[in-house]
Parts: sequence; structure tokens; C-alpha cells
Amino acid sequence: MSVTTAQAARAVPQITTREVTAPRQTKRWIDWIVTTDHKKIGIMYLVTTFVFFFLGGVEALMMRVQLSEPNNTLLSGERFNQLVTLHGTTMVFLFVVPVMAGFGNYFVPLMIGARDMAFPRLNALSYWLLLLGGVVFYVTLFYHPPEAGWWSYPPLSEIQYSPSGGQDAWIFLIHLTGISSLLGAINFYATIVNMRAPGMSWGRLPLFVWAILVYAVLLIIALPPVAAAVTMLLTDRHFGTHWFDPTAHGSPVLWQHLFWFFGHPEVYIMVLPGFGIISEVIPVFSRKPIFGYKAVAASTAVIAFLATLVWAHHMFASPIPIVVLGFFMLSSFLIGVPTGVKIFNWISTMWRGSLVMTTALYYAAGMIAIFVLGGITGIFLAVFPVDWQLNDTYFVVAHFHYTIFGGAIFPVLAGLYYWFPKMTGRLLNERMGKISFWFTFIGFNMTFFVQHALGLSGMVRRIYTYQPGLGWSTYNLISTIGAFILAAGIVLTVINVAINYKRGALAGPDPWKGNTLEWFVPSPPPVNNFDVIPRVRSVEPMRDIRRQVERSTGVTQKSGGGERFARA
Amino acid sequence: MRPHASDATRRRLGIPLSAALASCVLVSLVLAPSASANLLTPKAGGSPNADQIHSLYTIILYIAAVVFVGVEATLIYSLYRFRAKKVRVAAQIHGNTRLEIGWTVGAALILVILTVVTFVKLPSIINPPNSTAPFLESALTQPSPPNGKRLTICVQGRQFIWRYVYGAACENNPYAPKLPYSFQEMYVPAGVTVVLSITAVDVIHSWWVPSLGGKVDAVPGYTTYTWFQARGPALYHGQCAQLCGRQHAFMTAQVDVMSPSDYQQKLAQLGQDIQKANSQVTTLRAYLTKTGNL
Repeated sequence: MSVTTAQAARAVPQITTREVTAPRQTKRWIDWIVTTDHKKIGIMYLVTTFVFFFLGGVEALMMRVQLSEPNNTLLSGERFNQLVTLHGTTMVFLFVVPVMAGFGNYFVPLMIGARDMAFPRLNALSYWLLLLGGVVFYVTLFYHPPEAGWWSYPPLSEIQYSPSGGQDAWIFLIHLTGISSLLGAINFYATIVNMRAPGMSWGRLPLFVWAILVYAVLLIIALPPVAAAVTMLLTDRHFGTHWFDPTAHGSPVLWQHLFWFFGHPEVYIMVLPGFGIISEVIPVFSRKPIFGYKAVAASTAVIAFLATLVWAHHMFASPIPIVVLGFFMLSSFLIGVPTGVKIFNWISTMWRGSLVMTTALYYAAGMIAIFVLGGITGIFLAVFPVDWQLNDTYFVVAHFHYTIFGGAIFPVLAGLYYWFPKMTGRLLNERMGKISFWFTFIGFNMTFFVQHALGLSGMVRRIYTYQPGLGWSTYNLISTIGAFILAAGIVLTVINVAINYKRGALAGPDPWKGNTLEWFVPSPPPVNNFDVIPRVRSVEPMRDIRRQVERSTGVTQKSGGGERFARA
Repeated sequence: MRPHASDATRRRLGIPLSAALASCVLVSLVLAPSASANLLTPKAGGSPNADQIHSLYTIILYIAAVVFVGVEATLIYSLYRFRAKKVRVAAQIHGNTRLEIGWTVGAALILVILTVVTFVKLPSIINPPNSTAPFLESALTQPSPPNGKRLTICVQGRQFIWRYVYGAACENNPYAPKLPYSFQEMYVPAGVTVVLSITAVDVIHSWWVPSLGGKVDAVPGYTTYTWFQARGPALYHGQCAQLCGRQHAFMTAQVDVMSPSDYQQKLAQLGQDIQKANSQVTTLRAYLTKTGNL
């Protein structure tokens, strides 16, 4: 290892003995308001998005309770449609996309050996715009939440059919979170391209950073069309245009194309960083390098490219010529190949490894188990004649929860258990974490597996109630019970965080024997992260550093073997 | 918490807990009713296109099941076999180009097979066959069975009810006088190729009767088509599949399949009923106008 001075080289093993400091440098709230530190901003992102996750979850539970029995009168059609819209919009725009920005903010600079993001003040602006978008959206609870669904298909979202200001609040949410994500994406891109540690070539970039880079590029591609679309909707609603108004030669199908040209890349914007987290967690706890680094990194880029070519598979029942449907079927098939490659590579990484069964690995393995089914049902939906039977039914609801809950939220939980020690200096309780995993995993499958059957039995999406005798009642009841088991799992994790934020066992800088540079610095890392930025010689710089320390000090650093993770 | 405590805990708690929750899922699935519910395949049996979609779906299901079981089994085996307790030192493997190319090509081959199967099946899903019952009318608009003989019904979606207008003339003007129409319940003759011409008057709806084939969006400003050839007599249920407003859940559809002779009687009766109701309204309007109430 070559660091700047011989003294610094000797200092490396001593860094691992530095004591943990309190996660907040100061208790003054004003420091959080004015901060441009990527770590503080990252934590604000994570806390804010988890609050929205909680809100979206409560909305989901209310819908599940309403659907638990036929002809339930707990909620009206109006209230239910509002919940449908709030839940979908919250989970997509206020949880899954920004939570990835949260992890990205905190860990991209640390993983590439940078002292902050490229544009720290822009970074703070991204966060505040996100919060503003969330607030603008959620104040509709006090007057009239939007009720046209998270796609807001016109004409239903036009002023004649959705006269309330809630729909306008939805438009502003898209604008504000869109600008937030766009600024964040530019910042990620600039940071990753320009601020990598010496020696960190593209072939040595951590896979999570690859994922965030591609996430940023996809955001930059996908957001402008939806920003245009919602602006057109706004002018339709208030300024007399007729973009989507069929009575004046506008086209509702135009909205569908614009929305899904954004909407499908958005799906990969949500899951690619999740894939990145899995690609970090699995090698660390398998004590093995990632199997086929190049293939995993390249498949991320290929998925992103194909993601811009598949949007109309959301519109197979819309007025579109058959030949176009054929194209979108084939492009959607193609995206299955790089996704399959990733799954095979992850399993091969575990193969002949020495698996340390931590909660983070539980969640990562759970992600693979769930996402496989989500990917396979995606193939059914890509076959457009089959989609004519499945589109807009609970089969689709099951499919996208398997992909997004499985592909994004399980990785977020894996990432939380993996990185919490880095962010706070304290370990989460593993026992509680594993119980929470089993509740989440079983509850998830119970909630959503039966929804495939519901869709196949003819239950369409977004209905607020249904008649008895259609064969839907029992499946719906199972699904509702599952949703509460799932919620219990998530609540256990939240309790785990709340308890161990201050009282957890001290983690030390590198509790898991990680591979990447964030484990080089103390937990939590100081402002500006690195006193000395190490030269990177492989995709696993920390492993090189540990080996170097062993060689120069003779103290075993316990890497590459079957050790338990050790406390500092 | 000590590291070894976590392992012991997992053995003590994790396995019974997961077993209990898993059995919960299994028991509830077994107890689920199967009378009108489908567990693994979509509804079919009412019309050839629905049957063909069903058989295409089933082929994909078989291939998918093999892939699913293979991947999940490998995953579970790896998680069981390669724990740190059993394998002290991990093999430092960085990759295997042949293997990786192998599974990339393998995945692509499966998709090629699915593509071929889909395009082989497609004509039988989108092209209607000739009617097996005596034909009722003929015209030249699409889609059309080989002999061109089919029954056209216009389907109009509106918040929150379906309106059906019978006869090819409905395509020019669905409100033309003398055309029989009905709401929510559609009457069709068995064995006749029925072509639906679908429109919407307000927001987007989606026509779907699962046993009679796939769904087609009813988009204002566009006309979309689908067809079915119902076996019958039978009653099929469906409902609007696209969120269309607050009473979306109650925008249901029924297709009442009857013998062609019954159908003609029913249509004649519909026409009479409509005329009767119209004349009653005319009388009432004349009366109200005369008395100054209108």
C-alpha cells in the first residue's frame, strides 16, 4: 500500500482503535438546517424517507383492512382512491427513489475516497426540495388529496373530473421531487466521475457506486419527459390548453407515452441502487470477491439502456398497433437477460463462500428469493396477449411489489443493517434483526403471493370493494393478515434502530471486515471523511489494507476466513 | 450481544418462528376456496381467444416453474451448505467467463423459445374464427373472421356503467334511433363471432370479461376492437379494469349468452321496450309542457 507518508502508513492499524464519537457533532438543530456535509444530508434523507415510508405503509394497511372482506363500508370509494394515490406516489417519489439518494449521499463519497460531494450546497438544496415536495403533497390531507392514482391518467386527472387542488399538489410534488432528483443526479455524476481516490479506475469502482452512477444517468434521462407531461397537465387544467383532452383533439394516450417513458426507467431507478447494495453485502458476508465483477457492472448499464426502450409494456391494452406491441414484448424480454445475469452472479458469489449469517445477509438473500419471482412474473406480463388478461389486475400488483419491495426495500433494509454501524458507530441487535427479517419475509409473501391468484381470478386493481361469491374473499383476508405481519417486521426494525441508536454495542470502524473504503474511516466518519486517502489497487481496497497491516505488524486482521465478525 | 449468542438465538428462535409463519401461509392457501377462484392460471372457457391465451400462459408457466425451482433451490442450498460453520475458508473465485457466457446465452434461448411460442399462438388470439351458428349480418370493418360474417356490438364506457348498442350501424352513430341498446348486461348469441367496437365518452375505462378474452382499453377519442365467440348459454362476469373514478368498483359488466333464436327475440323485445319507454316519455313531456311544468 502506498500512502503519502510512511507515518500515515503506520497509522493505518491505529485508525481501527479510534474511539467512537457521538453521531451528532453538536445537538444544535440549526446545524442540521445549514449543513452541507454529505453525511448529515444523507441521514436527513434517510430519516425523512423512512417517515414517508411509515405514512405510505399506514395507507397500505388502511386499504388492506378495507379489502379484507367483501362489501366493506369502512372506506368510501373517494377515500380509497385518495389512499391509492397517496400510497403509490409516496412510495415511489418520497420513499424508494430518495432513500437511495440517502444511501448514495452518505456512502458514495466514502466509498470512492472523496471528502464530500462535488457540489455540497446543491446537495443540500436537493434535500430541501424533496422535503418541500413531500410537505406540499401531504398538506392535501387537510383539504383534498388527489384521487386519480399515481399515474394520474387524463382525462380523469383533468379539471372536469378532478376539480380539487389535490391534483395540482400532485403536479407540484412531481416538479419539486423531480428537480430535487435531477440536481442530486448531476451531483452524483460529477462526484463519481471526478472525485475518485487515486488508483480507483472504472474497473475498481465499488458496485454500489456503479449502481448510483447509472441511477443518476437514468434520472437525467427520465425526469425531463415527466416534468414536461405534468406541466402540460397543469396548463390543461388551468390555462386552457388541450394536450390530453379528447374533446378538442388532444390525446390521453400521449400522456401514457410521456408518463411511462419516465415511469419504466423509474422502476430501474428504484431497483438498480438496491442491486448495488446487494452486490456489496453478499461478497462481504460470503468472504469472497463478487463473482464476475465486470458482468455485474455491465449488466447494470445494459439494464439502464434497455429500461428506456420498454415503456409501452404498461400500455398493452391501450390503442396501439400489434407490431408495436411485439417490439415492446421483445425489448421487455431482453431486459430479463442482464437481470438474470445479476441473480446468477450473486448466487455464485455465495457458492463455496464462507457465509457469515448476519441480518444484512438475511435481507440480501431474502431479496434474491423474492426478486426471482418478481422477475419471472415480469416475463408473463411482457407477453402481450397474456398481459391482456393480467394487466390492471392484482397479478400486476403482486408483480411490482415482488420487484420493488423485493428488489428495492429488502436491499434498503439489508443496507440499513449493514451500514448502520458506520452511520452511528453502533451495531443493531442481530437477534431482533433476524426476527424482524422473518416477520418481513413471511408477511411479505403472505400479502403478495395470494395477490397473483386474486388477479388470475379476475380481481382488478384499485377497486375499493367487491361482491362475495367471486372467490376473492379468502385470498383478500390472507393478504390483509400478511400485511400486518409484514408491518410488524418493519416496526421491529424501527424499534431496533431507536434502541440501538444510542445504546447499541460499539461497532468500531470495520465491524464486518468490509471491502470498501467507508470501513477505513472511524464510525461515524468525521467531517471531511479522510485524513489520508489511500491508493486503491483493487475493487476491494480494505481487504488489501488489512493484508498490508498483517504483513507489516504481524497482527492478524481476520479476513478471508470463517471468522465471526468482531467487535472493536 | 455476543456473537455466539446470536447463533444460538437463531437456532432457538429463528427456525420455529419461520416454520410457524410458513405453515401459516401453507394452511391458508390450502383452505382457500377453489370454486370460482383461480390459483395458477387465468380464467378461460368462454371463448376461443380466452382459451388460447390460457394455453399460452400455461406453456410459460411450465418453463417459469422450472427456472423458479432451479434458482430458488440453488439459493437455498448455497445458504445451507456454505455457512461459515461448515466452510471455514471461502474459495477466492473471481468469476468464470465460460459459465457466465453460458447462462447469458441460456437465458436468451429461453426467451427465444417464448417469443416463437407467442408468435405461433398470436393469430388464434387476435383473429376471430367463422361463426359456428347461422350468421346474423355481415360488414367490412375490422377485425373480421375469414368469411366476414359477424355481429357488431358497440361498447360505450362512461362513469360508471357500460352501454351496449347492437348492430353494425352503431359505429356511425351509437345514439341512432331504432338501434336497440342495453346497459351493464350484454346479450349475445352463442356460437356467433361477436366484434366489439369500444369507445369511451368521458374518462378511460377498460373492457374486460375474463372468460371471454383479454381486456381492451376504452379511451375517449379512440375506437378499439376486440372479439369473442361465446359458448353458451351462460352468464359471464367482468368489470372495468382501469381506474375511472370513485365508483370504479361498481362498473361491472355481464355477458348473457343465449341461443341465436332467443337472442333475436330478446333484441326485438329490447327494441319494443325502448320504443314504449320513448313514447311514454314523449307523452309525459307533452303533458308537462302543456301544463307549464317544463
